[in-house]
Amino acid sequence: MLFAIYSLIIAGLFATLDAGDVALTEAAVGAGISTVLILAVLTLVPRHEHRHAGHSIPALIIVTITGAALIYATFDLPEFGDFNNPVHQHVGPYFIEQTYSDMGIPNMVAAVLASYRSIDTMGEAVVILTAGIAVYALLSVPPRRRRRDQERDS
Amino acid sequence: MKDNAILVVVARFVIPLVMLFGLYVQFHGEYSPGGGFQAGVIFAAGWILFVFIYGLETGLRIIPERLIYTLACLGVLLYCLMGVLGVVMGGRFLDFDPLLDSPHAAQQAGIILVEFGVGVTVATVVMLFFVMFARRRSEVIAAGLDPDAEAEDPER
Repeated sequence: MLFAIYSLIIAGLFATLDAGDVALTEAAVGAGISTVLILAVLTLVPRHEHRHAGHSIPALIIVTITGAALIYATFDLPEFGDFNNPVHQHVGPYFIEQTYSDMGIPNMVAAVLASYRSIDTMGEAVVILTAGIAVYALLSVPPRRRRRDQERDS
Repeated sequence: MKDNAILVVVARFVIPLVMLFGLYVQFHGEYSPGGGFQAGVIFAAGWILFVFIYGLETGLRIIPERLIYTLACLGVLLYCLMGVLGVVMGGRFLDFDPLLDSPHAAQQAGIILVEFGVGVTVATVVMLFFVMFARRRSEVIAAGLDPDAEAEDPER
């Protein structure tokens, strides 16, 4: 529920930033499909969580170090919204100026996705198909009792 | 939930609109926000709503499971074939320019067909996810492994 609300708010934020394609994706995938899939998974798991005694100190240390390293890395990022950032200087201006004369279509996102960077999109389609095959492979075996339960029964 | 009149009436009104919007996003993707990925998800969402109302068996009678697998693969194959077609017509892989005489028309035709391939794959894979997860629960219960029953019975 909170995931869906979060995705919907983010989609609204993208829409106000004029990123229509991303907003549409976020609304459809984040707020729609992933919520349905999370609910579908929740029907498969037990309703109550197993109790864990205590906390894992090494895990806590690793998480803290990783988080601190990530925060330290953000200091090296270019300043937000600066025109001289690499993202505004590399191929972006070419796409903005040339897309219409190259393709004759006004939506730059579609042109970049499907034509300039079409091998990336092909990889994306293959990834989606692979994910489908993986889910099919995992969930098409008939369910059976977990080994721990069998030992307890015998 | 077939017996709830409000749900059925609203769903009958909404599902065609959702699917039509999916097709609009698919084929109008060059002029407005959208593309194959979003369109596929929206189309699949319409079908999932149908399954919520009428049940999985009715949904699978409209789009059989075999068709879902086949279309998922055919979408990717369509994408790859467009790439190979560019090579056959004398260009590079996924180069749309040699497909037609006018470069603009060639690019647009290539983009539409490629996005259609992506849309078909995404829609069918999302449907496949939903079918697999939705069917799993009844399979688990049929095998006598209801997760709730085990959790509420700590003696076992």
